[in-house]
Amino acid sequence: MSTYLGLPSVRPPVAPAGVGLLSGDRPFPAAAKDALANEQLRRNLGAATRTIRTKRAKVVNEVPDWAQLRAAGAAIKDDVLAHLDEYLIQLEEQVVARGGVVHWARDATEANRIVTDLVQATGVRDVVKVKSMATQEIGLNEALAEAGISAWETDLAELIVQLADDKPSHILVPAIHRNRSEIREIFLREMGRAGLAADPGLTDDPKALAEAARQHLRRKFLEAEVAISGANFAIAATGTLAVVESEGNGRMCLTLPRVLITVMGVEKLLPTWRDLEVFLQLLPRSSTGERMNPYTSMWTGVTPGDGPQEFHLVLLDNGRTATLADPRGRSALRCIRCSACLNVCPVYERTGGHAYGSVYPGPIGAVLSPQLTGVQGGFNASLPFASSLCGACYDVCPVAIDIPSMLVHLRSEVVDAKAAEHRLPTPEAAMMRSVGWLMRGRRRWPLAVRALKLARPLGRILGRDGRISVAPPPLSAWTADRDLPLPAPESFRARWARDGDEMGRGKP
Amino acid sequence: MKIALFITCLADAMFPEVGRATVRILERLGHEVAFPAAQTCCGQMHVNTGYQEQAFPLVERFAEVFEPYDAVVAPSGSCVGSVRHQHAMLADRFGSPELRARVDAVAAKTYELSELLVDVLGVTDVGAYFPHKVTYHPTCHSLRMLRVGEKPLRLLRAVRGIDLVELPDAESCCGFGGTFALKNADVSAAMLTDKLDRVTETGATQLCASDSSCLMHLGGGLTRRQGPADSPNSIKTVHLASILASVEEPS
Repeated sequence: MSTYLGLPSVRPPVAPAGVGLLSGDRPFPAAAKDALANEQLRRNLGAATRTIRTKRAKVVNEVPDWAQLRAAGAAIKDDVLAHLDEYLIQLEEQVVARGGVVHWARDATEANRIVTDLVQATGVRDVVKVKSMATQEIGLNEALAEAGISAWETDLAELIVQLADDKPSHILVPAIHRNRSEIREIFLREMGRAGLAADPGLTDDPKALAEAARQHLRRKFLEAEVAISGANFAIAATGTLAVVESEGNGRMCLTLPRVLITVMGVEKLLPTWRDLEVFLQLLPRSSTGERMNPYTSMWTGVTPGDGPQEFHLVLLDNGRTATLADPRGRSALRCIRCSACLNVCPVYERTGGHAYGSVYPGPIGAVLSPQLTGVQGGFNASLPFASSLCGACYDVCPVAIDIPSMLVHLRSEVVDAKAAEHRLPTPEAAMMRSVGWLMRGRRRWPLAVRALKLARPLGRILGRDGRISVAPPPLSAWTADRDLPLPAPESFRARWARDGDEMGRGKP
Repeated sequence: MKIALFITCLADAMFPEVGRATVRILERLGHEVAFPAAQTCCGQMHVNTGYQEQAFPLVERFAEVFEPYDAVVAPSGSCVGSVRHQHAMLADRFGSPELRARVDAVAAKTYELSELLVDVLGVTDVGAYFPHKVTYHPTCHSLRMLRVGEKPLRLLRAVRGIDLVELPDAESCCGFGGTFALKNADVSAAMLTDKLDRVTETGATQLCASDSSCLMHLGGGLTRRQGPADSPNSIKTVHLASILASVEEPS
């Protein structure tokens, strides 16, 4: 029997399949192939990620104690994760003491039901939303729509995604895959359906596009009675919630409506106000490449006569406890959703976010999504392999999540899970076992290396000029775009056996 | 100093000249090089593909084979990265505290070639001569796992006759990534295309790196793109060790 926190137990449940947006409908390589074929997408992504990563590097390099800040960020989050049970109870007590209501949601289904019930109790049919990863993760908008409630995204990029009936492709810049002429077309075509229509003379000037969104959204803000938000941070000591944003739409949603519902992953906690000092430096510099984000909204419970008069906090697990249970995977829960790892990732830069199938794309998504959903069933088992392990993500992570090591760990989880599922090894497993058997043999391996040269005549059939340009599977995946060299006529060890260290003095 | 060469399985079978070059450099500098024949592979391919159990015997073997030497050198940042960062993890998972201690001790004296030359032997000028226009691609694992930094470039700058030109976006991955190149072949190829475009822009005739694996991928892309490697104006791949081993032929 396995143990968890020292007690005999089964592993905590993972996020349920079929609800929310944590996994796609096909494996990463297939989705990536389509994305790569889209030249416009690659140009948009290439330009946008290059801009953001250059900005980030500039503002991070100007902070003399960045390494210490980063270590502090990691340490604070690790403390939160190690004492999550205590901090969550403390948070609940504080929120309740200040007039808020706390709801505990085991998974996406429960969270959606809680929020839907809360909105239905108010009797309204329209709610405004602050950009939130947690509500995207659980598919809240879709759940509300099923109950006849329209949830309007008010972040500019989320609005673009929503109007186009599209999916977000980046944590911070969900419409990064769109350029401005595409955005103009979406506004002209869809805004009328959703509320105030765009001026038919709308140009693709960024200012004009922002103004069109402002006009469209202004009416939504003024009419809204209920707002739904996520949270960047929650302070356990005081029950304070915090949202950081750039456009002011969040501030509108958090202050104007009568009812505020916040859905927050349980790992978003910080122990005290003082800890915000670290994160309000780490986050904006890592995410938007700004020294400080334009709007930081913080609220504590309910204040009579000022702001929302009803506040609900929904604490979401949805696979987080399962992630916490894995010592080699749990530091993924340090993530503050800055998206710096996406912007430096050579894979993300070329495929964009949709290929990952989850609201969490890029390197962090490749380690977080499969942990939240588990690697069995669904296509998230392909995500830990969607990386060349180049390590750029780890270098920029403001909370020092060792993503490459975690990817390697999750790959072994995937392989072990497959081995447990199937009686017969997959062709890959059989190949890996055979090579492993050869390699650990004292006599076998030297013989195998020396024997490789026997493959050279194959080159006469498959190749030219000593290179193989067409090979059978699985090497065909290599030769589709690259030549493969032939084994050397004489291996190093064969030559050494002949000449020993004389080879150093001899001719090459 | 008793230096053992860890040839790496790829260089052993496919690029033995890289091993010979490594031996030549060290012997020219007056060191004795040993090649323990019982060596196999660092296990990185198995670990990075998810087969940790298959990799573990290779970790034990590595420690056993290389324990007796003062230093171990490999002409590969990636394989040294595996020894330094993955062997401990595997010893913890499948081995014993005793093995972990042995693995740590061997890892601490295992060096990538530029590290051994610059940090341990304290040389940057190894007496090489290489009259070509060269651009250097810092491989990801040498850069971000081993933090070799400027060491390979310092060695290259000291080479006589070399025309070293900077590679734009040098630090972005070439797209090899081991079995990534097969499992995500399309993404890998897209990364390769961009890297080779940058290489071509430099006007260099030689693309240098310190990992045979990345060079196999880059070279395979180059020959596919430009035809046979010996055609005029074609760019050739060359391992750092091969450049450092080159000397002026006596006329």
